[in-house]
Amino acid sequence: MKRFLAAAIVALSAGTAVAAAEPVKIGMITTLSGGGAGLGVDVRDAFMLAIKKAGSSDIEVVIEDDAQKPELAVQIADKMVQSDKVHLLTGIIWSNLAMAVVPTVTAQDIIYLSPNAGPSPLAGAGCSPNYFNVAYQNDNFHEAMGQYANQDYKKTFILAPNYPAGKDALTGFKRYYKGELAGEVYTQLGQTDYAAEIAQIRASGADSVFFFLPGGMGVAFTKQYAQSGVGIPLMGPGFSFSQDVLGAIGDASLGVRNSASWSKDLDNEANKEFVAAFEQEYNRLPSIYAAQAYDTANLILSALAKASVKDKDAFRAALKEANFPTVRGKFRFNNNNHPIQDIYVREVVKEGDTITNKIVGTVFTDHGDAYAQDCKM
Amino acid sequence: MSLIVEQLVNGLQFGFMLFLMAAGLTLIFGVMGLINLAHGSLYMIGAFACAATAAATGSFWLGLAASLAAAAIAGALVEILVIRRLYERDHLDQVLATFALILIFSEGTRWLFGSFPLYLNVPPLLEGAVTLPGGAPYQLYRLWIIGVGIAVAIGLYLLISKSRLGMQIRAGEADREMIAALGVDIRSLYTAVFALGAALAGLAGAMVGALQSVQVGMGEPVLILAFVVIVIGGIGSIRGALAGALLIGVVDTMGRLLLPLALSSFVAPSTAASTGAALASMSIYILMALILAVRPKGLFPVGT
Repeated sequence: MKRFLAAAIVALSAGTAVAAAEPVKIGMITTLSGGGAGLGVDVRDAFMLAIKKAGSSDIEVVIEDDAQKPELAVQIADKMVQSDKVHLLTGIIWSNLAMAVVPTVTAQDIIYLSPNAGPSPLAGAGCSPNYFNVAYQNDNFHEAMGQYANQDYKKTFILAPNYPAGKDALTGFKRYYKGELAGEVYTQLGQTDYAAEIAQIRASGADSVFFFLPGGMGVAFTKQYAQSGVGIPLMGPGFSFSQDVLGAIGDASLGVRNSASWSKDLDNEANKEFVAAFEQEYNRLPSIYAAQAYDTANLILSALAKASVKDKDAFRAALKEANFPTVRGKFRFNNNNHPIQDIYVREVVKEGDTITNKIVGTVFTDHGDAYAQDCKM
Repeated sequence: MSLIVEQLVNGLQFGFMLFLMAAGLTLIFGVMGLINLAHGSLYMIGAFACAATAAATGSFWLGLAASLAAAAIAGALVEILVIRRLYERDHLDQVLATFALILIFSEGTRWLFGSFPLYLNVPPLLEGAVTLPGGAPYQLYRLWIIGVGIAVAIGLYLLISKSRLGMQIRAGEADREMIAALGVDIRSLYTAVFALGAALAGLAGAMVGALQSVQVGMGEPVLILAFVVIVIGGIGSIRGALAGALLIGVVDTMGRLLLPLALSSFVAPSTAASTGAALASMSIYILMALILAVRPKGLFPVGT
């Protein structure tokens, strides 16, 4: 539908590596319209910020809106590969879209870098040398919350939408959670009324609620939950309490614990620079999706400095080194090209008038994923 | 037991919300023979007007008034500028034009308010919970939505059956040439009906916006359900819209509770949860198919 051609062309300085002198074309398929647009806008903006800040080579980014529809994402991917002749693809937010696009493009020897979705089939037997996940494997944040819940809770009610990432979420939580489950519910993707689920939570006798509902779904659930007077503590992965939705949830989110690989108060130089630059450029705080997209762009830039994108083997090796200034402090790839990283617990707090997250503890250090052993490459 | 009572009330609340949407849709279809896909956009406009006004003034009630006004004005403008040219065309042209309106309204709202959801909360007066018969605490705000739904249903009944405007609307449904010949200004009647339907959608959007997420594209999922409601109820019938909406509301809510429970006695809990959820989302369409098989024109057919 929409098409932005953003070309960052800055004069090359004499000292730049030869590899970067070739024009590089990156295709970004992301969600820029409909209910999930906030996530895609953050990915696009942070990615373009990193490209702009680098300002070192002629990189062309072709951006198209998938409207959160798998069939549209597949069409756009075909078009980008066949007629735009992109060298790299990135940008997809939702796991059901990633499952539709990634296996076909990687089979055509196009490198795909994921700034968000990490469905389990692509981390295990379906892994590919052309697929790099710069964000997480879907289970990761939920595993961390399952582990963290063991400290305080014995009977948790768990809730997620009925789509690949929702199933990965509850599987991940259950992998580390040792207590009893008060209930397990799958909701519709895009559902906005949770009265029925909240009544079940109340009737279940749970001592805590774990829910994974990204975007507008989480806004709706948290507000309705706060009003319902159930009063059992909530927890969730960072997506349910990410910067893009905190403003809309309001005070109902204060004090909630959530897990993530990144937070705006993570103490490292790259992160401070990123948060300041993002706020200055776009006049809002970055979300976890923005942080992941910024890392994705910087990973690409680091590999471009070492190898030509035309020499696939050398370029893949350069990506795998993951030698870039990550806003997460440290980052490396596992054998299945998925991250090995730390996962933190954050708490929702109010800083002045702004509702945001701060880190309160580390759950996992150098955490990989459960599917890496099934990956043969 | 208290869970069942609570879910029934939840179903009624969802049903009344759907009724506000479906009433406008069915009026517009019944009187003008127009399929208006942009009805969901008017719902979104109501929610955004309420959120923006509440943020600026601090009052939810002013926001509610603003949502009625904004949706009615948007509805009247759309009728005068676009819809008026479509009455003589076939349904495909109407669907195309009103689908274009969805895109224009969505992108226009995104341009004005951005892609991130807006904040709108329940007014302090309606915060908190009350105890239902059976002992479960229940959110006061949802009870209020039921109350508004009942008031609107009564108001519409009086308007259609007792007032002069209602008489003209009923006459317009039956024979539009004849009432034009009798000297009724059919053009302004159409504009008034369209604005009324739009205002009801805007009211639904504003009330639901305080519970859910005020964001671009929030209207389309509700629009689909509203169409199911008017098809079940009989197109053009307000009574049918009420019956259909309550039926859909209760079946959807109870299905989401009972189907996973019923399945869990046969299969593993996590399989039951995901299969039950999938079946529950199908339940209202199965209901629609069953009703149409028995009564092809809906529960309360008009014009027979």
